[in-house]
Amino acid sequence: MSLLSIQRLTKNFGGLTAVNNVSFDVEQGSVVGLIGPNGAGKTTVFNLITGIYQPDQGAISFEQASLLRLPTHRIVSLGIARTFQTIRLFQNMSVLENVLAGCHCRMKSGILSSMFHFPRQQREERAAIDRALKALDFVGLRDQAENLSKNLSYGNQRLLEIARALGTEPRLLVLDEPAGGMNENETAQLVSLIERIRGMGITVLLIEHDMSLVMRVCEQIVVLEYGSKIAEGSPEEIQRNERVIAAYLGTEDG
Amino acid sequence: MSIHRKNVLGAVFLAILGLLPLFLNSYWVDVLNSIGIYAILGLSLNLIVGHSGLFNLGHAAFYAVGAYTAAILNTHFHIPVLWLLPLCALTAGLFALVIARPIIHLRGDYLCIVTIGIGEIVRIALINNIFGITGGANGIFGISRPSILGLTLRTPTHFFYLILVFTLLTIFLFHLLEYSRFGRALNFLREDAVAAEGSGINTAHYKLAAFVLGAAWAGMVGNIYAAKMTIISPESFTFWESVLMFAIVILGGSGSIFGVLLGAALIVGLPELFREFASARMLVFGAAMVAMMIFRTQGILPPRPRSYDLFETVEGERKA
Repeated sequence: MSLLSIQRLTKNFGGLTAVNNVSFDVEQGSVVGLIGPNGAGKTTVFNLITGIYQPDQGAISFEQASLLRLPTHRIVSLGIARTFQTIRLFQNMSVLENVLAGCHCRMKSGILSSMFHFPRQQREERAAIDRALKALDFVGLRDQAENLSKNLSYGNQRLLEIARALGTEPRLLVLDEPAGGMNENETAQLVSLIERIRGMGITVLLIEHDMSLVMRVCEQIVVLEYGSKIAEGSPEEIQRNERVIAAYLGTEDG
Repeated sequence: MSIHRKNVLGAVFLAILGLLPLFLNSYWVDVLNSIGIYAILGLSLNLIVGHSGLFNLGHAAFYAVGAYTAAILNTHFHIPVLWLLPLCALTAGLFALVIARPIIHLRGDYLCIVTIGIGEIVRIALINNIFGITGGANGIFGISRPSILGLTLRTPTHFFYLILVFTLLTIFLFHLLEYSRFGRALNFLREDAVAAEGSGINTAHYKLAAFVLGAAWAGMVGNIYAAKMTIISPESFTFWESVLMFAIVILGGSGSIFGVLLGAALIVGLPELFREFASARMLVFGAAMVAMMIFRTQGILPPRPRSYDLFETVEGERKA
């Protein structure tokens, strides 16, 4: 059974068809890459999965339950967490608090217990801080916990976004260009991080332009061009696929 | 050690503040009372404007709902006015819920304009004696004096201690709120609502909750105001009142409890100190605000980052 199933997904913006009849499945425990030239509709697919946009046609189901018309925060609490292509941290808050944002949906305290700090609230708060610190440890930012997130380096900000997403205790992690702006060293660390995330039993779906990263970590790749799926398969199959090569490099007759 | 010193300083400051009415005449005690009332109003608005980043220039409407709830129920049914505190919170909160539900998705400036409209609608409805119970432009008079444990509160000094206790309670509870899931959620949506929603936070719910809680608190201040004045009228709840509260939050330090307290002291207190300059004082006041917004946009005392206990607990025990 696949964890995430996307069927005949279509999204139009005015006259532009950003995503056209796209279908693919993400199997439990796998790392799947979504690639394609700029403007192919990759981020739109992510925004459709996470409920930021609603599709015009098609279906998205997660663990056999439809995600259509659910608000984003509900989708997160069902177990899909994401990072953003352009980093969207809570800039003026600490690194720890950014991860606590992810922990929010696994906590229960309401207004009254937040205002009076009932014992149950205090236990929950303590447990959340411990969990957030573990997530920071996992991505290697434990010693930065008290810094403001805007003071982190670019690569570390990307890692913090991943830590925040892990704070939601996801079953599927959706990464939008996680290596964007990273140097080679940071990218190598990211590869091992993604492998460790997978080792925790979390399924990963990622958009990435760094082909060496995609070929190294993904076992299945979906290729989009002009909103349509043009290929799907293992890294070896994709590297040999004529249409993919044409899409990326152009054909001789232009 | 520094925390210890801070506590000592706080206690000394409180003791001085608590003894002030013994040395001041009733006029200045009343000025302190005004500062206290605006401080609590500022703190309640700070939840909405400072913590959640929702522009609300109609906060006087919720203050008015609380004051009129207290006045109407006290004069008609003779319920002791302070007993009505929870009910004033409830009516102001419910009013905010009904009003804010359809407009809460509006962004920044749009929300601001709508809240100005709401403030005016409430004020004009009160002047027009809506439902025949608000007393029109004359307002409602004859609100009975509140009493606590047999002591009837009459003098400014009596009210000074009532307002002081309520201010301290507000500071304490709002401080706890800042260090909680709820308080953080408000900040997340101020910082980046899309990222907050994407991190699993129900942003619409928290925007509304901030509005309702802030309004409920303003409603309770309205109750205290009605009890203190024994007469209320629409002219106490004008647009200017909303502007004052807003300025207190922005000037003092958006999202900072101490900033808001200082803002209230400056904005309400300073014009009293410079009364002899008569008309020029508003000019100076305005110029000071302009200068602040150019040179210190985050307010006089911006909030400091929260600090957390970073020692992980392992099965209930602490490891260093």
